[in-house]
Amino acid sequence: MTKQKLKRVDLIFSKEYSCDKILATSLKKPKEEIIQMLMDSGLKGRGGAGFPTGLKWKMAAAEKSKRKYVICNADEGEPGTFKDREILDQVALKVLGGMALCAYVIGAREGFLYLRYEYRFLIPKLEKILDTFHKWMEDYDLDFTVKLFIGGGAYICGEETSLIESMEGKRGEPRNKPPYPTQEGYLGKPTVVNNVETLVYTLMIMRIGADEFKSMGIEGSSGSKVFSISGDTPKAGIYELELGMTLDDFVKEFGDGDTKSVQVGGASGFCVPRKRFKEIHIGYQGGLKGFSIPTGGSMMLFNSSRSMYNVLHNYLVFFEEESCGQCTPCRVGCQQLLKGVEAVKRGEKNQKYLNDLLRLAETMKITAKCGLGQSVANSFSSIVENFREEMIY
Amino acid sequence: MSKKMINLVIDEIKTTVPEGTLLLEAAKSENVKIPTLCYHEDLCIAGNCRVCVVEVKGWNTLLAACATPAMEGMVVYTNSPLVRRARRDILALLISEHSTQCTTCYRSTNCELQDLAAEYNIDNEIYINLLKDKIFTVDRTSWAIEKDESKCIRCQRCVRTCAELQKVNALDVINKGAEMKIATFFDMAMSDVVCTNCGQCINRCPTGALTERRYIDEIWDAIGDPTKHVIVQTAPAVRVALGEMLGYEPGVRVTGKMVTALKRIGFDSVLDTDFSADLTIVEEGHELLQRLKRKLVDQEDIALPLMTSCSPAWIKFIEHLYPDYLDHLSTCKSPQQMFGAIAKTYYAEKKELDPKDIVNVSVMPCSAKKFEANRMEMKDSGYPDIDLVCTTRELGHMIRQSGINFKELPNSKYDKFMGESTGAAVIFGVTGGVMEAALRTAYEIVTGREVPFEGLNITPVRGMEGIREATIKLEKVLPDWSFLEGVELRVAVAHGLTNAAQIMDNIVIGESPYHFIEIMGCPGGCIGGGGQPIPTNEEIRRKRTEAIYTEDEKMKIRKSHENPEIIKLYEEFLGTPLGEISHKLLHTKYTRRERV
Amino acid sequence: MRKRESAVKNAVVKYGKERKNLLPILQEVKQIKNYLSRSDISEIGAEMGLSSAHVYGVASFYHFINLTEQGQNIIWVCKTISCYMKGSNDIMMALEERLKIKIGETTSDGKFTLLQTNCIGWCHKGPAMLVNDEPYTDLTPENVVQIIDSYYKK
Ligand SMILES: Cc1cc2nc3c(=O)[nH]c(=O)nc-3n(C[C@H](O)[C@H](O)[C@H](O)COP(=O)(O)O)c2cc1C
Ligand code: SF4
Ligand code: FES
Repeated sequence: MTKQKLKRVDLIFSKEYSCDKILATSLKKPKEEIIQMLMDSGLKGRGGAGFPTGLKWKMAAAEKSKRKYVICNADEGEPGTFKDREILDQVALKVLGGMALCAYVIGAREGFLYLRYEYRFLIPKLEKILDTFHKWMEDYDLDFTVKLFIGGGAYICGEETSLIESMEGKRGEPRNKPPYPTQEGYLGKPTVVNNVETLVYTLMIMRIGADEFKSMGIEGSSGSKVFSISGDTPKAGIYELELGMTLDDFVKEFGDGDTKSVQVGGASGFCVPRKRFKEIHIGYQGGLKGFSIPTGGSMMLFNSSRSMYNVLHNYLVFFEEESCGQCTPCRVGCQQLLKGVEAVKRGEKNQKYLNDLLRLAETMKITAKCGLGQSVANSFSSIVENFREEMIY
Repeated sequence: MSKKMINLVIDEIKTTVPEGTLLLEAAKSENVKIPTLCYHEDLCIAGNCRVCVVEVKGWNTLLAACATPAMEGMVVYTNSPLVRRARRDILALLISEHSTQCTTCYRSTNCELQDLAAEYNIDNEIYINLLKDKIFTVDRTSWAIEKDESKCIRCQRCVRTCAELQKVNALDVINKGAEMKIATFFDMAMSDVVCTNCGQCINRCPTGALTERRYIDEIWDAIGDPTKHVIVQTAPAVRVALGEMLGYEPGVRVTGKMVTALKRIGFDSVLDTDFSADLTIVEEGHELLQRLKRKLVDQEDIALPLMTSCSPAWIKFIEHLYPDYLDHLSTCKSPQQMFGAIAKTYYAEKKELDPKDIVNVSVMPCSAKKFEANRMEMKDSGYPDIDLVCTTRELGHMIRQSGINFKELPNSKYDKFMGESTGAAVIFGVTGGVMEAALRTAYEIVTGREVPFEGLNITPVRGMEGIREATIKLEKVLPDWSFLEGVELRVAVAHGLTNAAQIMDNIVIGESPYHFIEIMGCPGGCIGGGGQPIPTNEEIRRKRTEAIYTEDEKMKIRKSHENPEIIKLYEEFLGTPLGEISHKLLHTKYTRRERV
Repeated sequence: MRKRESAVKNAVVKYGKERKNLLPILQEVKQIKNYLSRSDISEIGAEMGLSSAHVYGVASFYHFINLTEQGQNIIWVCKTISCYMKGSNDIMMALEERLKIKIGETTSDGKFTLLQTNCIGWCHKGPAMLVNDEPYTDLTPENVVQIIDSYYKK
């Protein structure tokens, strides 16, 4: 069932088809057909959470509301991820095309591109492209406009409800769910939030068809994905690859020959040690135990010169700062994990304390209010369990 | 339209609840208690403390019961091993950033965190103490409110209180991550910001992070000083809530026992703020009629509606946020201050005391009264009207400290002079009470007849609705008041500063149809004041309110202007309402303040 | 003082008083003034009908909305793992030496403030930094000094 080879794909950045043509034909299709195509394609959100895109659009389309919104999530803040920047730099029109498609399907007239503060340098370029895009919209008779919204510098604003809060002029603190954004999103109206890359794929699926998209990848993880590859690799950069590859194949291609571990999915993802490279696939289902790890695209390679303690420490500092701070498990938990590993390293706490911290991480996973606090345990546990000796000495 | 019903199972108990019911409420209806910290029934849902998490079959995370609506077919476990372990961890985390100096904490034995820590038997040693590396401040700059960061668990109840109930937003959440905390504008001193001192945040703080500034020691010192004549006055709302500090259920009236306790504690004179509440009514009633006359007869440009001025939180609110409308406020001092001014003049004279030897202590349901007593202008007699203010809670502490077995005390009556009260004064303690008392008096002045309501109960101004209004037609008026013949007197009552803001916004756009408006800073009026026993919630407010109205009905005299001591006060000292002495001692002016 | 005040008013006029425009307004004023002062914040609050403390609470949530005075140019050096592995500490040291300040400080001529930030999305070309909005990648202790010098020439 699983494919062995690493396969390069060229959908996202390809300039082969002009996307206005794809859009023009798609907008003539019935909405239901577009939703069905997306569902058939098996496309899942590329922002990290992996929610089926067709289903999300279907739910938003079903809501009865005069006002609906489409938001493109370009708050890319996960350490080690930079593909959305590249996509917006290279093929922004495709992203906007995906938004228009979504607007058409769900019945939205307004859209926003939520750009992280760090990508402000893209603004002049994007504004020009928006002009072109809005002319298309006139040509196709689609009443849809897109505005730029610039973030203020907060990783948590990548979380969709927190993103919406910040767009409403509030602190970017995640909301209680339900209701979900497709029911009550921006200004209380049904809202679809999609990742930059997801939006491009929706358009590409219109071009190549659901079957061809689904023919790529593995069960439950169809299609391809853009990976951001960094760390100890001679080939750092952005690559579009078929999903489902094993980490072993990945490391053979991108490693520097001395890869000790790979962090899949950034600070909130999992650290896979060398001994498990062969059994781990890159895809959506499950966590480490399911042998398949999802990722928003961040792949960081570490060779044997690296201290995994330093890596973990760096992540924990990141979380301690970037937690929104509203809920107890995450606000205090992140501080405790950080202080805890420091104390063990300095010998102030017995190494058994790592077990307490692992348990704490598990509690955070099930009690934190949003994905940030819930996923701290991913990197924490996978690093501490696999590199315990590095935590102590 | 009846709501859709939802079937679910909680701890093996099958139950059915209306759609939209939160798991927490659903559990409560089956007598299953789920612990909470950030949840407060007066406030919107936050779902941030996470101690209320429960396990739901089919979900791979636990869910916050306070923030999750019941869904069809849910199977909920509120006390599984996973849930217990998670709650213990969360509590241990909170404690790791909390100053656990319970033995020296004012809120000890009345602290929600302490209770839960005991219930879940938290081991304080599990996690690293995070306070060690941080700089924490205790803000004691305000006359009324103390803020101790080291005891804050960041549940944001105070923030929601200040925003939702009071629309003041003096406190808010700042920064994020580990640095997130509750603070004022740029972390300025509490005394320098828009805080109205209402103390509603104190009442909703689960721990000792927000407390009233205490004056218990100063009061004991004064009592112990033989050269001082220490007078205590008690506000109407204290008598229906003090019992809660001393082992009674909410809603029990303990007036007689309270008076006995105060005498045993050693106050030289135990008097009643009700007396000066009646005085306020007489003055304010006349002020209203005078303003109406100046407007309707003399065609003067006089500010109407007239607004009451007895709630010091409301006063500071309007000074900060609507400073252009201060002339709408009645110039009457609040009953507390009127009492003080009379005590240091008339009372001193009668008792042959030197006013400098008098210490005026007041027991108030309120924290803002502490600020009011310290306002620069409140010393028209040459001495501060009021010297020390304590809350209902502080009095509860004092009674406990003094070793009195409160429940066994006999009843006694207030001392004379200034101990006489009326039903009209008692109802000052609830929202609508001042209005009702004022109408009972003003209507009678104008028409010579009692207000046309059964049993003098002006029910339209009663109740818990945020803003209420009533109209009374003035007919067959006495000759002096002929200009009011046929006039429909329009009044409104609002409580909680969010409702006050709504009233003000209408005045600002020139669309306020009223002649007279009563505003109380706290939800429910003084019975729900920031100095009242904790907890205070809707049900408790209702019970205290009922107790107040019962007290009113039991009174022989129900109208302020019939208080014999007040009549005598005018005869012997003040002359006429709004007269010269009144103006000097009983009326005041207001200050424009900034809105930061 | 004048300029500062008009910056707030202009921004509020440009975006509108509705609360949803708060973040753009904060950013616009920060873009002009490089930071938001107490009076800016409370003026924004007054203009938009929000409490000062609340606007402060929102502003302090966001990393790039500076609330203390900054130099003319703000340097944000990425401190997250990929850049760290490629030597962001050396870059920081080179900057501290060149500018004669420590992290968090501003040069005495008011030209530069030196700060750190989390991942800025250039991990494959680390170490990386932003000077104001401009990203600089593949930094070395040598070329970072040239970059700084180019700002002095501007
Ligand atoms: C802490 C956190 C950070 C996130 N950051 C991003 C992000 O930077 N970009 C993104 O597209 N999604 C991010 N997400 C996921 C979003 O919440 C949301 O699921 C996503 O934007 C949906 O789009 P998709 O279905 O196309 O992936 C983040 C989630 C969490 C919990
Ligand atoms: S898990 Fe962290 S980031 Fe998410 S709501 Fe809680 S504190 Fe905020
Ligand atoms: S009570 Fe539910 S999260 Fe705090």
